Amino acid sequence: MTDFDNEPIGGKLADNIMYFGRALRVAGLPIGPGKVIDAIKAVEIAGITNRSDFYWALHSVFVNRRDQREMFDQAFHIFWRNPDMLNKMMSLMLPSMGAGGGEFDAPAPSQRLRDALFQENEDERERDMNPGEIELDSRGSASAREILQGMDFETMSVEELAEARKVVANMRLPIMDVPTRRFKPDSRGRRVDMRATLRAGLRSGGAVIPLKFRKRARRHPPLVILCDISGSMSRYSRMLLHFVHAITNDRDRVHSFVFGTRLTNITRFLRQRDVDIAVEQITEQVEDWSGGTRIGVTLKEFNAIWSRRVLGQGAVVLFISDGLDRDAGVDLDAEMERLHKSCRRLIWLNPLLRFDGFEPKSRGIKAILPHVDDFRTVHNLNSLADLADVLGKEQPRKEESLSTMQRSVA
Amino acid sequence: MSTAIPKDIDATLDLLTRGNYIADRSLATTLFLALKMGRPLFLEGEAGVGKTEIAKVLSETLSRPLVRLQCYEGLDVASAVYEWNYARQMIEIRLAEASGDIDRERLGQDIFRNEFLIKRPLLQALEVAADGAAPVLLIDELDRTDEPFEAYLLEVLSDFQITIPEIGTIKAPEPPLVIITSNRTREIHDALKRRCLYYWVDYPDADRELEILALKVPNAGEKLARQVVAFVQEIRKHDLFKLPGIAETIDWSTALIQLDKLALDPATINDTLGVLLKYQDDISKIQGSEAARILEQVNLEIAQAGG
Repeated sequence: MTDFDNEPIGGKLADNIMYFGRALRVAGLPIGPGKVIDAIKAVEIAGITNRSDFYWALHSVFVNRRDQREMFDQAFHIFWRNPDMLNKMMSLMLPSMGAGGGEFDAPAPSQRLRDALFQENEDERERDMNPGEIELDSRGSASAREILQGMDFETMSVEELAEARKVVANMRLPIMDVPTRRFKPDSRGRRVDMRATLRAGLRSGGAVIPLKFRKRARRHPPLVILCDISGSMSRYSRMLLHFVHAITNDRDRVHSFVFGTRLTNITRFLRQRDVDIAVEQITEQVEDWSGGTRIGVTLKEFNAIWSRRVLGQGAVVLFISDGLDRDAGVDLDAEMERLHKSCRRLIWLNPLLRFDGFEPKSRGIKAILPHVDDFRTVHNLNSLADLADVLGKEQPRKEESLSTMQRSVA
Repeated sequence: MSTAIPKDIDATLDLLTRGNYIADRSLATTLFLALKMGRPLFLEGEAGVGKTEIAKVLSETLSRPLVRLQCYEGLDVASAVYEWNYARQMIEIRLAEASGDIDRERLGQDIFRNEFLIKRPLLQALEVAADGAAPVLLIDELDRTDEPFEAYLLEVLSDFQITIPEIGTIKAPEPPLVIITSNRTREIHDALKRRCLYYWVDYPDADRELEILALKVPNAGEKLARQVVAFVQEIRKHDLFKLPGIAETIDWSTALIQLDKLALDPATINDTLGVLLKYQDDISKIQGSEAARILEQVNLEIAQAGG
């Protein structure tokens, strides 16, 4: 694959493609040097006869997820319209932000890209300025800042909270293993492993052929966490984030979402090993901290956009919410049923349950209850640790519309 | 005799058209690059938008064999790459024993020979035809398999070679043309995607869908085809759990022809909605008055466009 029809492209364009790749990388697309070389090759092969072919040639190399398309599209149009824009982009990427250097005269949609470029640098700068100090979103409005800062120190003292976090960080959550379709060698297995048998037979020259066995490998199913971060949950949501972070870094196949008035996928942020940086990034991303809850709407979004992508292969869902819904349970019943039908087990963790006199009166709670397999409390460290009992072994699944949780609770 | 791969984007577009596949120029560009650069083409999109079809068309128009690997959870080396023919190997050992000739070294070589190897799709894809042309390898619905298999694919897809411990490494003299499809029931790892060229296959617009329908269901009358396409296009704007793909449009048209319908009417739509929508929630949303309303709107639009 060396004799391409077209001439190799010259320095200027190759440079520009490289800068374009770098701009995209800063904007969050996973682009390494290999991709840039591929892109230059792709452009060489496709030839630059028209803008559209050029666009799609770069697209085929630089984009590898659907949600990156928009970012690519905007970056492409900004970058390749005006060569001067390149310099402005680069100035944006420098740590020292000039006041007027980064102004765009591009139309409105490019704002998002600029935000992406802008934010990244500011994060770094901020981290440089306060090393080791955990600061929540210091750029938001004053009132937003108060809500965020007030969030963690409500019930526990600072030391208690720090202590609790340490405990949470070391928590492990055993999920039951379910049989997969794969096999592994096992002397007590029930199936003959022909390949191993033959190899063993050869060792003895074929005179004796000792049977080797294998059995089904077992593996934990994917875990999906949906966590409510609305105002009524604010005393718990931050601690729960630490919990979710601990689980995410303990195993693979964990997907986490937070919701208040809208749904945010936070899986990527939780991959960050340092829990404080992870939580800080999430706080920046999520716009609906400690606001209202619209469980029905956000669940609908989850079902429409995410359920097929993360609930495959029999996922277990942890639904963490107090069930207090601003929309008073509109759509909630149907969406909850859809969610339950799409997963292996649906476990509802509700901090309100700690009150002895808890009765499912709210309409939101009434709508959710019939569709969950298990209903537990989460209000202290013990209840988090107890989760292991629920997840540790395979338990019967509640069939839809056969019984109602209300009766079993009563 | 196989055909050479197309030499530019226009030729690629022609090639797809010859195979009765109506494609956007953007798809042709990506496909052309994949063929030319020898990279796998990674196609993602909703079910029923014609991802698998691309591989079939490619194999047909380029006259190369199609090797298909359908993925499923727990897919392992024994069913994707190769397996030894154990029964024959056992007999071989017994024969060696009977002849009293038990030389372990030789026996080992004897029973791990090519003729005892059962080749599965991935291994088959490394073989070339008599004229030296590589086959088209379709790895269908990769998202259905699990991560370990995906990791295994990395070696195969980057070097086009497979290592069999008993024999050694088998390398493709000519790399196959690889098409990977995914319905996105889970995200494929970046390491694999990085080696591929990516394309998101979207639902077609009305004109393109009409073209496709004219090709795939030629005996549908023009009126019916226009109604069907407009109806499906309208339904795709609705908030449904599973939107109908092109495959559903084609199925529905075929179903309507089987019922000898020349035009859509509300009763027929209600009776045949199960061909188009596959979830009860979705059907109950559209069935009845909503279907009638959409049909009315569609008819109005067609009348306006015609007049």
